[in-house]
Amino acid sequence: MIGPSQENVSDVGQVKFRDPAKARALSAALARLTREIGRDTISVMHVCGSHEQAIARFGLRAVFPPALNVIMGPGCPVCITDVPEVDEGVVLARQGVRIATYGDMVRVPGSAMSLADAQADGARIDVVYSVSQAVDLARKTDEEVVFFATGFETTAVATAAAILAGPPKNFSVLSAHKYIPPVMEIVAEMPETRVEGFLAAGHAATITGWGIFERFVERHGLPVVVAGFEPLDILAGLVKLLELIREGRPAVANMYPRCVTREGNLRAQEQLFKVFRPVGGCWRGIAHVPNGNLRLRDEFASFDARQRFRIDLTTLWDFAPPALAQRCICGDIMAGIASPNDCELFSKECVPERPVGACMVSNEGTCKIWHEYGGHPNLAGVL
Amino acid sequence: MTTRAVLLDERITLKHGAGGRAMRALIENVFARGFPKAAGEEVGLAAMDDGAALRVGGKLLVITTDSHVIHPVFFPGGDIGRLAVAGTVNDLAVMGATDAPVLTCAVILEEGYPRSDLERIQKSLRETCLEAGATVVTGDTKVMGKGELDGIVLNTTGVAVTERVVSDAGLRPGDRILVTGTVGDHGFAVLAARRGLELEGRLVSDVAPINGLVRVALAAGGAAVSAMKDATRGGVASALHEMASKSGVGIVLEEMQVPMRDEVRAASELLGIDPLHVANEGKAIIGVRPEAADRVLDALRAHPLGRDAAIIGKCIGDHVGSVILDTGFGRRLLTEPEGELLPRIC
Repeated sequence: MIGPSQENVSDVGQVKFRDPAKARALSAALARLTREIGRDTISVMHVCGSHEQAIARFGLRAVFPPALNVIMGPGCPVCITDVPEVDEGVVLARQGVRIATYGDMVRVPGSAMSLADAQADGARIDVVYSVSQAVDLARKTDEEVVFFATGFETTAVATAAAILAGPPKNFSVLSAHKYIPPVMEIVAEMPETRVEGFLAAGHAATITGWGIFERFVERHGLPVVVAGFEPLDILAGLVKLLELIREGRPAVANMYPRCVTREGNLRAQEQLFKVFRPVGGCWRGIAHVPNGNLRLRDEFASFDARQRFRIDLTTLWDFAPPALAQRCICGDIMAGIASPNDCELFSKECVPERPVGACMVSNEGTCKIWHEYGGHPNLAGVL
Repeated sequence: MTTRAVLLDERITLKHGAGGRAMRALIENVFARGFPKAAGEEVGLAAMDDGAALRVGGKLLVITTDSHVIHPVFFPGGDIGRLAVAGTVNDLAVMGATDAPVLTCAVILEEGYPRSDLERIQKSLRETCLEAGATVVTGDTKVMGKGELDGIVLNTTGVAVTERVVSDAGLRPGDRILVTGTVGDHGFAVLAARRGLELEGRLVSDVAPINGLVRVALAAGGAAVSAMKDATRGGVASALHEMASKSGVGIVLEEMQVPMRDEVRAASELLGIDPLHVANEGKAIIGVRPEAADRVLDALRAHPLGRDAAIIGKCIGDHVGSVILDTGFGRRLLTEPEGELLPRIC
């Protein structure tokens, strides 16, 4: 008989980080802690698309106590790439430069069009999965290849390593890399958000180390908990965060010790800052973030697309901005002051196949995640 | 996407063949219009079930038809021939017609198609018929020019007689939802074969005729079997949505109870594709009244193709048309796959 063998159907209950009994205990702890804190609303923020993915995928919001408001902040690297940065890529592409970038970036709307629209008009866009693929592409051709680099410090490290490894002369980088710690400072002070604590992204902290948050905690008096991405990691991280809030103790806690140390990956940090320097710049929807953008240092000017090419954004002025985009509230969603349900376009005019805003493009975007996992209906009372 | 937007599409896209909402809207609004009822029609086009049922004499004649466009034609665990027979036999079986199915087989070939491949496919058709207690009684052959078709397309129509038709719309609150085995095998096997994915273990399609297995469930459950559907394109998620909305119930699905092979779980985590959204070709979803659920489950598990059968959910009176996924950690709505994850999956 043709068909699967039947031996290896797994007993999911044994998977280490997927233990529902532990999850129930942690959910109960969340309920107890919110009662003890005693306020109607306790808002905390995470800054990572992977955290939102896990929260939505496992339906965790249905077990959060009603008073606990877990907000997704600016944690989607595709989403926070600013419109003028997308425009720079589009202008370069329309000038005939070959653009290599991550798949999601191709569909992110700019002020006039996306890279996908430019491609439909004849521009050369290559989707790559890593910077090394973009370097390989440059090696195989005489054409100018610009890697449109997006992502936080985690992906910026890979870009830095590629530049230090000596890429071919026809390769350059249009950096839209962003640095998470500075934006937390901005969001912490935004009056509308009233966040009482942060859940920091475990993977970014493997690079930066958890020590980087100590100064933040001192400055803002808000606790920060570093958490991983399994459902139990997130629940345990939130329990720790609520404990710190209840005690009124602003401190850093590392709930992802299997990956994150105090100092982080020193070699990666060294490479990152050898190639990049933090400069102030805008994040889509957030604001100007001092030290939030990573730009190539002058020593690497020959690999800096901004130095190498004249990028004239006025060439896009003739194009009318897409009409629906005026009604998109991605900016407020990324700042954590609105949710996808507040948007009149969400899951109607704006769907993953035809995204109006950046948050519906990326798998790390709040709107895309909510859309994919059935929105956020109240399921607390079922059964 | 809303049905309205689907309607507004001027051109057909791959999503219209994906087995989900877009396809149903296309059928409802284009194909299923203006045909009069047949004599003796018990289940017709309007029901949009797995097949039709006509009363002939004292019995019910169940009819279904399927076209097969899978790529690659040969894949781990089967081929287009096995798929054609299993797909058609299973559509009849989940309507309640499990005995002695009779098939037609039409083939459209591309000029230059290797005869040896065709013979291999014919052998597979024959052997799968034998397994199902089925046979082919008539057929048709066409050849198209080079490049006018990609290799081979098969169409099979099946007929079988039954005393009682089981629709996909008979669920009631309290009913238990059973699945006859592991979920996601076919979709991931074809995906891996197509992309040359090297994964630990082997992803093998579950393609098999399950009329024997369904017969066992019907024998054990009798009238307590309230609804059945095979979870092909669109996977378990689409099948459950369709059953829930047609029956006027909500369904709570216990994710931890859904049987799944380790290879499928690993591939799904790696690729970010939900196994509940992926096609199966040898699995049925069976709704059973609560008092008979354990009896039907035991009967399924005693059958070689049903060893991994499980009770995976139950029907509720509210949240009509929705499928609520209890992940073991929390709850959310299970969505139907929207676009086309895997074109040419069957």
